[in-house]
Amino acid sequence: MIPTIPRSRSFRILYGSYVLLFFLYLALPLTVVAVFAFNDSQFPSLPWEGFTWNWFFGEDRPQIGVFHERGILRAVGTSAFVAACVSVLSVSVGTTNAFLFNRYEFRGKGALYVLMLLPLVIPGIVLGISILVFSSTLANGIWNAAEVDIQALRPGLLLVILGQFSFITTIATLVITARLQKFDRTLEEAALNLGATRLTAVRTITIPFLMPAMIGALVVAFLMSFENFNTTLMLVGSDAPLTIAMFDRLKEGSTPLLNAVSLLLMLGSSLLALVVILFQRR
Amino acid sequence: MRAEARIGFILLLTPLLLWLGLLIVIPHIDMLMISLRERISFGVYEPSLTQYEKALTEPLYLRTFWRTAVMSVLATGITLLIAFPVSYYIAKMARGRLQQVLFMLCLIPFYVSELVRTFGWMILLRETGLVSNLLQWAGLADQPVEMLYNDAAMMVGLVYTSMLFMVVPLVTTLESLDDSVVEAGYDLGGNGLSVLREIIIPHAMPGIVSGCIVVFMLSLGNYLTPTMLGGKDSLWFTEMIYNQFIVRSNWELGAAFGFMLLVLSSVIVWGMLRLTGRTLQETMG
Repeated sequence: MIPTIPRSRSFRILYGSYVLLFFLYLALPLTVVAVFAFNDSQFPSLPWEGFTWNWFFGEDRPQIGVFHERGILRAVGTSAFVAACVSVLSVSVGTTNAFLFNRYEFRGKGALYVLMLLPLVIPGIVLGISILVFSSTLANGIWNAAEVDIQALRPGLLLVILGQFSFITTIATLVITARLQKFDRTLEEAALNLGATRLTAVRTITIPFLMPAMIGALVVAFLMSFENFNTTLMLVGSDAPLTIAMFDRLKEGSTPLLNAVSLLLMLGSSLLALVVILFQRR
Repeated sequence: MRAEARIGFILLLTPLLLWLGLLIVIPHIDMLMISLRERISFGVYEPSLTQYEKALTEPLYLRTFWRTAVMSVLATGITLLIAFPVSYYIAKMARGRLQQVLFMLCLIPFYVSELVRTFGWMILLRETGLVSNLLQWAGLADQPVEMLYNDAAMMVGLVYTSMLFMVVPLVTTLESLDDSVVEAGYDLGGNGLSVLREIIIPHAMPGIVSGCIVVFMLSLGNYLTPTMLGGKDSLWFTEMIYNQFIVRSNWELGAAFGFMLLVLSSVIVWGMLRLTGRTLQETMG
């Protein structure tokens, strides 16, 4: 089943159509979401009532557009804030982790590495509830001891950030470690021979080398945070990030407004993904 | 120099320990502790196994638990079956630019939020949706057909959501398979089936295992797809956890459910690794 092994024509056609069908299946739901963002109707379904931009720019009810819908705009802002915090935090810790696992030999290293991987195989909702339970135990303990109520430990943005950080850091660590492993240590030694201190050598030689991986990890972390649902669902307080806000609206019944938001999300994340690809290629 | 290295080591170790300790290890221990207690009256708790007893004797809980497990395994199997030929095509049959383009096309839905993907399937499958309209137009149905809110719809959603996590590791391992090995298989008198069974699948095994583990995990822990596409009877275990925690504020039972889900996923992941003789480090790292 490789090109050099001759195959019957009918087999090739059959195989080709299967692959084609697969890509149609992949594209179908996304295309449908995008197309119905422009349907001049109250519902994202047939019949097609004509083309409209109202679900983006409409100013009046019932066809109020994304750019005039305060709830959605606020949720986008919340998501962006959370994602920025999560990506900076997880790339920082990811970088220190990468150096730790790459540069040091110590007892229990293997066990720590496996522990570091675990967040990837814990269901997101379980990560969420365990953090919820622990932070509330902590908050109650502090209340009982000192009668101080720490609001930050109750469901809200801090917990959402910590919850997403808890597993996105693993991904950042893996991305950055992969690049650090390719680094030629002799370059650093050369800098040391030329009189640089260890820290200067790392800052001027190693970190620039790691930069593409760090930026890649930053974008991936941002995207993962932006679209995270399970962990966020358990930790969210009154400020809902976009996925939660959309989910609440979807439960109440959908309008093409949600399609418009989704289309913008698709465009935004494709753009970011493209930036990463171009950046990595350079 | 020794002292400096030591300080560096401590500085690098601290963030890792803080992260894993405060956000992973201690919270899970705390969750276990909460699941092992019973509320006697306001603010008074007693250690007990009541929660697990409830979880294991109440038929609805137990049924949902096993259903979630079985459906997740099923979703993983279907995903593997659909993804394998496609991955093989991308890795071995397509060449040059086409190969890159096809691989990129596979990655795009991965960057789109799961909510959007599920929403797309809702638009397609609902009573007033595209598929229903298409069936009526083709004369196959004389009234709107509701295709949402059943197990099949849920399965379609689960498979779609996790497809990319199967395709990517499969393509990566299949790409490393040397064409000449396959040719040798045919030269030695093998046919398509025996080459597939004795050369291609064994070579792709690492990719199959890591793909299956990730897909299984994602299905088991999925909340959106079963809630949005599944029907009243297709309750998912994550939904029960959410209900106990947020809707009923019964944290003790919710924590027990959470722990059961954790054990279930660990056991199956561990079993899969054991069966194929691989380590978590090789599979995930």
